[in-house]
Amino acid sequence: MQNFTPIGGLVGGLMLGTAAALFLLLAGRISGISGILEGALRFPLNWRHAYLVGLPLGALLVLVLAPRVVAAPVLPASWALLAISGLLVGFGARLGGGCTSGHGVCGIPRLSPRSIVATCVFMAVAAVVVFLTRHVMSLGDA
Amino acid sequence: MTVLLALGCGILFGAGLAISGMIDPQKILAFLDVGGIPSGTWDPTLGVVFASALVPMFIAYAAQQRMARPALGVQFEIPARRDIDARLIGGAAIFGSGWGLAGLCPGPALAALPAAGSQLPALIVFIAAMLAGIWLSTKLNRAPALEPASS
Repeated sequence: MQNFTPIGGLVGGLMLGTAAALFLLLAGRISGISGILEGALRFPLNWRHAYLVGLPLGALLVLVLAPRVVAAPVLPASWALLAISGLLVGFGARLGGGCTSGHGVCGIPRLSPRSIVATCVFMAVAAVVVFLTRHVMSLGDA
Repeated sequence: MTVLLALGCGILFGAGLAISGMIDPQKILAFLDVGGIPSGTWDPTLGVVFASALVPMFIAYAAQQRMARPALGVQFEIPARRDIDARLIGGAAIFGSGWGLAGLCPGPALAALPAAGSQLPALIVFIAAMLAGIWLSTKLNRAPALEPASS
């Protein structure tokens, strides 16, 4: 567990949980990013676009104020893999009615059976895919 | 007002994603890689992020039970469905397979933008494909041919 970063995980998790909690209690809405993205595909500009601009802006603030706490992302090298992965993530999230934020962060604490089932399914499938790519096909080192 | 709230909450959410390390796909993959448990390369950080994000949310739902409406909004818009259908399972499975391939999901992909550096084009490939997937899914969901025969 040499890469385990529990402090960052705890602080960051509390922050994004607080963001979702505030948005629920103040605006009455669920912070499901894939759902917000779907709504943002329709114009005119609305609160969804503001939320989506906020995400990179928040990360940028952290980068500027405390660059050392941010681990630079390392993406898979293959653009084809990224494109396939992106299609599956977007398509699946909308078909299943949510992603890690909508089902995971917002659905589980309200004990929604749909969100609990969806989270278990996507976690399990993702773990199987990682196992296959890293330990069976040895593709995952990219 | 909702626009300002959304911007503020988006900023806090994005900052949380950055601090938590979740904008790095390698942290996601290292959590999902249960094969790394025996060899010591498993990274439980995502589990910590998830568990700590649930705490404010549990409190918020408890508070929400006593509120007639959101403090600055008209009404709560919370999903009411409780049925488990094939779309939910299939969608989650498709989402999970994509998530496991690259270690990216919608929130972290967007929050990773300012930190991507030279990988920005690769990240944009993912985001563009993700938007295409969302668009396609919405499109097909409206088509009657995909409706299950029972409904």
